[in-house]
Amino acid sequence: MKLGLALGDVCEAEGEVGRQLNVLGERHKADHDVFHLTETLQLIARANIGRLAPHGERYGVRVDAEDMPEEHGASLLEKAREKTSELVGRRPESGLLLIRDLRKLHLIYAEASINYVILGQGAQAARDRELHEACSGCHAQTLRGMKWTLTRIKIAAPQVLTS
Amino acid sequence: MKIDRIEDPWGPATPVGPGEEWPARVDSFLAPGAEPERWVQTASVLHSNGDAYDVAVQDGKLVGVRGRAQDRVNRGRLGPKDLFGWQANHATDRLTRPLVRRDGDLQETTWEEAMGLIVERSHILLREQGPTAFGFYTTGQLFLEEYYTQAIVARAGIGTNHLDGNTRLCTSSAAEALKESFGCDGQPSSYDDIHHADVIALFGHNVAETQPVLWRRIKDRLEGPEPPKLVVVDPRLTVPARHAAVHVPLKVGTNLAFMNAVLHEVIVNGYVDQAYVQAHAVGFDELRERTADCTPEWAAKICGVDAALIRDAARVLGQADRLLCTVLQGFYQSHQATASSCQVNNLVIVRGMLGRPGCGVLQMNGQPTAENTRETGANGDLPGFRNWDNDEHVEDLARIWNVDSLKIASFAPPTHVMEMVRYMEEGVLPFFWVTGTNPLVSLPEAHRIRSVFESERVFLIVQDLFLTETAAVADVVLPGAGWGEKTGTFTNADRTVHYSGKAIAPPGEARSDLDIWLDYAARMDFRDADGAPLVKWHDAESAFEAFKQCVADRPCSYGDITYGNLRGGSGIQWGGARLYEDGRFFAHPDSCETWGRDLLTGALLEETEYRAMNPYGKAILKACEYVPPPERPDADYPLQLNTGRTAFHFHTRTKTAKAPQLQAAAPEVWAELSPADARDRGLVEGDHVEVRAPRGAIRAQLRISRIREGVVFVPFHYGWWDRADGTSRAANELTITSWDPVSKQPLVKAGVAQVVKVADGHGPSVAPTNTASAPVEPLGMATRGGDPALADSDLP
Repeated sequence: MKLGLALGDVCEAEGEVGRQLNVLGERHKADHDVFHLTETLQLIARANIGRLAPHGERYGVRVDAEDMPEEHGASLLEKAREKTSELVGRRPESGLLLIRDLRKLHLIYAEASINYVILGQGAQAARDRELHEACSGCHAQTLRGMKWTLTRIKIAAPQVLTS
Repeated sequence: MKIDRIEDPWGPATPVGPGEEWPARVDSFLAPGAEPERWVQTASVLHSNGDAYDVAVQDGKLVGVRGRAQDRVNRGRLGPKDLFGWQANHATDRLTRPLVRRDGDLQETTWEEAMGLIVERSHILLREQGPTAFGFYTTGQLFLEEYYTQAIVARAGIGTNHLDGNTRLCTSSAAEALKESFGCDGQPSSYDDIHHADVIALFGHNVAETQPVLWRRIKDRLEGPEPPKLVVVDPRLTVPARHAAVHVPLKVGTNLAFMNAVLHEVIVNGYVDQAYVQAHAVGFDELRERTADCTPEWAAKICGVDAALIRDAARVLGQADRLLCTVLQGFYQSHQATASSCQVNNLVIVRGMLGRPGCGVLQMNGQPTAENTRETGANGDLPGFRNWDNDEHVEDLARIWNVDSLKIASFAPPTHVMEMVRYMEEGVLPFFWVTGTNPLVSLPEAHRIRSVFESERVFLIVQDLFLTETAAVADVVLPGAGWGEKTGTFTNADRTVHYSGKAIAPPGEARSDLDIWLDYAARMDFRDADGAPLVKWHDAESAFEAFKQCVADRPCSYGDITYGNLRGGSGIQWGGARLYEDGRFFAHPDSCETWGRDLLTGALLEETEYRAMNPYGKAILKACEYVPPPERPDADYPLQLNTGRTAFHFHTRTKTAKAPQLQAAAPEVWAELSPADARDRGLVEGDHVEVRAPRGAIRAQLRISRIREGVVFVPFHYGWWDRADGTSRAANELTITSWDPVSKQPLVKAGVAQVVKVADGHGPSVAPTNTASAPVEPLGMATRGGDPALADSDLP
């Protein structure tokens, strides 16, 4: 049974999502909707881990929201980065940087998404109804983040590329 | 009878029973000694209610007003701003000539030079950057004909999607909630429903101050036989809250938690009209799932009210036979605005309360002509409630305008104003044209907005009646002709279209916004696909007819409404009394206005998702989880900040401060605290305080009112144009830059603050005493207008 491996991959990807959300929020504090949405999406990522945690125990994998990266702005260094981003945020290049960081987050979400597919297939094959339901629910939540990055890129790209 | 209409903003009662017609009561006010030569038909532009009246003219000046008894909206009644606001037309500080900035100063010039500068800059930027260089920001104050002309100029002349109105601040959550729930914008109900409802619920809607005549209508029911029950959701003890059967004073920013609990209760207690839901809606299972854990106990902790109170509210709403819900800024300008407003739609859908007399929902507007920005596309949407993400709708519009469909930027949603501000901040939006609004005072985080608008990287054009705070920093200022000085139409919050005639000439060289747009289009030489002029109309009536053609096959068709049948009688509702009488919606995938968004994140959904979810065009029950607001009180800022209106002012007081009766009724900014919060800080009524927020501070006099504990209220009307030293007392010095992910409406009711004493007050604050800002105990003074505010009311 290798379901634990797949569960571990999912959790690692959610951790990556959390880290990139931090980076995005810190670097683009001057893009206020991006900053505030990263907080909302952090809540989703943490809730996912919370929902998967009981299954981690069953498959011998540590799944704990405590392992998620701290919310942004928590450390002094991050606060300094946020301040810098507010100053840099007045330059035209900040739009290009935003697209680059959103694209990275989108790809991390894509990885998380495919990891959920793998886990979900395994859970079904193992006839583990509860894990499958949790996996489907979490996957749907992760797709919301992926759709958001896509929307935000669609909005940002035209202005950045023509100005 | 003569009544002081500052002391009594609502005027005398005419009680009515259920199903009875609202009797006429004709209010009028004339300047002392006036002898009108003629009367000209119009309607109010100082709120969204659409009160119809005639203005009196003598010697080329406005001298008074008289309500129109035959009009369905007000039956002759007028509110304080209707009675006194017209005096602003004759203010001595009207703009009368164009201004251009030379050597750092604004100097008078000719139209030729001002428009020449604008056109020259436009051509350069079109060459250098293209359409993305241009942003247009309009208002909720112009007329339909002007908005439609602006929309074609921006969309098909320039070809930009950077087009928005200050309606973003007042009505965008209403529009988005309607689109999400019914597939398309369009107010489902009618003011007439007040006369049939047995429960009226006001969600964040301080109707007594935002629409005094509508409150008179509701109160006439409350004072008549078989009165309806009133439910009020508001953190302040507003005038309607004092009359409520159930008043829920929520913590700021927790509307969605409350609404989710209400829907939870309605579902678990079996108040759902299963047959209606089966026949007319999709998404019920998702709604039930999302609200399954949202018990009153859960919500009570978040909302800071008793679970029993939430149960009471849900029971009254759940057991109503004819439920009418209204929603306004308490929801729209707060956290999770669209999701909360959608839950009100969900409530009426699951209860089957649509399309029948006394049933439904009124997603209100904050401004008189906001509805028209939505219909014409001046708010960035495509005209006629077309779906920008549906290629066939774009092709259809291109055919009507006779332009290549590529000209119409439909690769992304319309750019909302806060995003345009961001582009200006980054230096990638170098051209910004503001019409009839004052963003320096009305947009959140004022110090940031100032720094962006004062930047030399932006060529700023401001078109206004007055040298507002925003006009003062512009590169070109164009003097506009206002209401009463031009002809046109506009549509109120219940879809009633009114005609407004030109009563007097504008001052000096001021021109109507319509004429300015037509002039710009001509000078830019915008052409259609055949080389003919793009804009094919030349005056208000021809613009109205062109708009009618554009929307003829769309839900907001104006049908056979003409200038001819708007003149003389009552205003006319497009779409009839109620939109969804047969349980059929404008939600079919081929005709709907949007594929929808994720209510939590604002992410766009795809056409395929919409078609799979709603193939037959039913109403859509959409739900979303509550998440905490972006700022939470802490040790430094322990209070929640709530900003809003008063009955006596509108916007940033550019007009209402010029009407002596209105200005005297609420002459200065104030800050409102509960008795407990004042006591904790050693404050008494009238103390001079500083309201501090993480982004700025203002000074105000303290009013101790019946606002809920933990909240400070500051009215948002006061800027700095009338301050000799130029110091700001704008509520937006305090507000946070954040907006609803779906409607993009800024959250001006969602920040945090602290209140500290600066000096003793030596007497009460000058805040109004007869509105939501009423003091907890008598102060030995009361809001009165005296002789100058005496107006006539002719009762039946």
